[in-house]
Amino acid sequence: MNIHHKAIDSIPSPLRPLLASADDHLSKPFTDVRVAITGGTSGLGLSLVRELLDRGAKVAFVARSRNRVECVVQELPAAHGIVGDLSRKGDIHPITMQIVGALGGLDVLINNASDLGPIPLQLLADTECEDLERTLATNLLGPFRLTKVMLGSLAASAREGRGAVVVNVSSDAAVNAYPRWGAYGASKAALLHLSRIWDEELSLEGVRVISIDPGDMDTPLHAAAVPDADRSTLKRPEVAARELADTVAAVLSRRTSDSEAIVREVIR
Amino acid sequence: MIAARLPVQRPSNAKVLIVDGQGNIEHQARSEFADLLRPGDVVVANDAATLPASLFGQHSRTGRRIEVRLAGRDSLDEIRQFSAVVFGEGDFRTPTEDRSKPPALKSGDRLELGHLRGIVVRLLNHPRFILLQFEGSLREIWEGLARHGRPIQYAHVQTPLAVWDTWTPIAGPPVAFEPPSAGFALDWSMLASMSARKIRFGTITHAAGLSSTGDPELDALLPLPEPYRISRSTALMIKHAQTSRRRIIAIGTTVARALEHTALMFNGVVPPGERLATQRLDASSKLRIVDAILSGTHERGTSHHELLRAFVDDETLGRIDHELNTCDYRTHEFGDSVFLERAANKTRPPAESPVAA
Repeated sequence: MNIHHKAIDSIPSPLRPLLASADDHLSKPFTDVRVAITGGTSGLGLSLVRELLDRGAKVAFVARSRNRVECVVQELPAAHGIVGDLSRKGDIHPITMQIVGALGGLDVLINNASDLGPIPLQLLADTECEDLERTLATNLLGPFRLTKVMLGSLAASAREGRGAVVVNVSSDAAVNAYPRWGAYGASKAALLHLSRIWDEELSLEGVRVISIDPGDMDTPLHAAAVPDADRSTLKRPEVAARELADTVAAVLSRRTSDSEAIVREVIR
Repeated sequence: MIAARLPVQRPSNAKVLIVDGQGNIEHQARSEFADLLRPGDVVVANDAATLPASLFGQHSRTGRRIEVRLAGRDSLDEIRQFSAVVFGEGDFRTPTEDRSKPPALKSGDRLELGHLRGIVVRLLNHPRFILLQFEGSLREIWEGLARHGRPIQYAHVQTPLAVWDTWTPIAGPPVAFEPPSAGFALDWSMLASMSARKIRFGTITHAAGLSSTGDPELDALLPLPEPYRISRSTALMIKHAQTSRRRIIAIGTTVARALEHTALMFNGVVPPGERLATQRLDASSKLRIVDAILSGTHERGTSHHELLRAFVDDETLGRIDHELNTCDYRTHEFGDSVFLERAANKTRPPAESPVAA
């Protein structure tokens, strides 16, 4: 897993020995933390719903298919399932209203829903404009709009010392120019840069925006992109979910300490 | 004044009329509002997002079309039971005072509001004012409100409002029935410039209610009791401002109502927590917390205009009204603003010893 951020050294990575041995410390920060996950009915998103519920978080998830949302809610009744399409501007506020209303606020937003672009993958020259537009709408505009509308809630969480984190799920295609991954790669590259700029701008508000590449996972998206891949070589999504949750826990712990310092400054 | 007819939250030509503690009046571009603040000031805004609280549907017993406007609730977490005002056929394009009446409503009547199903629990001492209970799971109610509701709207804005027109940039919990529109003046750049100048910013969450029903009897009840929550960090900022004699500035009437309500309950201090504001602020009110307010430009006779009388005397308010009219200020939720410092003769009572927040 790669954390795409200039301040990577400031994030205690779960891959480092210091925190890898501190399981208790990493698992506690999610108690009653309010988390929203997009693309929560399959792959990494579904594994994140399970992982974060296990760690005591209050979880809402979003997906386009009502049937699949209902299935996940049946399996995980503690999760709040929301039907919505992040690529549609008109869905953003209804989704936000349901997330913040049901959870009573928001501490962590995980922008996980992704669109692969044309399937099978195409050279850019053969990519239809509409396919690129749809990919950008899901992978870039959707996370931008959702994060923007959630900022009031996230900043309020930061002021309260709860920590506030936005995770944009990225890919090595965001930094490497893979032929035939043009629509997806370009959208993820833009999302990565958006994350970096937003992290700089929102530091004043105590909101952290990080970009995480979970690695090549055995998910429906990867199967659609590389149908003949050897699945035994791919990371299990539940492993990636655990790693991502550890990273968010570390960031939350750090931000909570910072916010408490701010409160102490206020009352001095 | 002129009605602001376009749903633009921060038009480049927005103005603010400023009244200092001595009653002197000035005018300024509202985008420069932060220049009116001083290092150490504590600015408190309402971070409520606005529910799409206008629900169109059908009165099951008669089959007649109705519009239900959610109006109140007992707590911020309540999502099943609301007080509501019911209109007959028609929509926001007709002024509320000219709207057709709904069918006679009775306890037990069922209302079909899109995918939402509601029941009239009882009338609230008025034939159009009901206690409404939604059926279904919390998830179904949230989805029904989010998908079917429309923002409450009045005839002065003639194009349908989108939900995003009604959410301030800092909007958080969806609990308000109409936008806490004084917050439209804020943006993240302004908050950053305030922070750079050591001006503290905090929020409360206050379920801002209806501003008008078109019915004189119901309008006389406004503002209805409104739940609000004061966060721990905001309570700390206020406590610090009180002890260090810094100014506390309310962004909007809902903030003033909430902070003064808590101060009334707790003898001049503001602990965190959720409460139900039941009082009105008017000329007889002694402000204990709020030193200045940024608010909309309100018309005489409205409850919001009455609230401004807690900040300035009637002679000053008369001059303010005159200036607003002669200088073509725009009114209503997308209009211009006033910034009033509490008049010197509206002095704060002697400070009580603040208790731990």
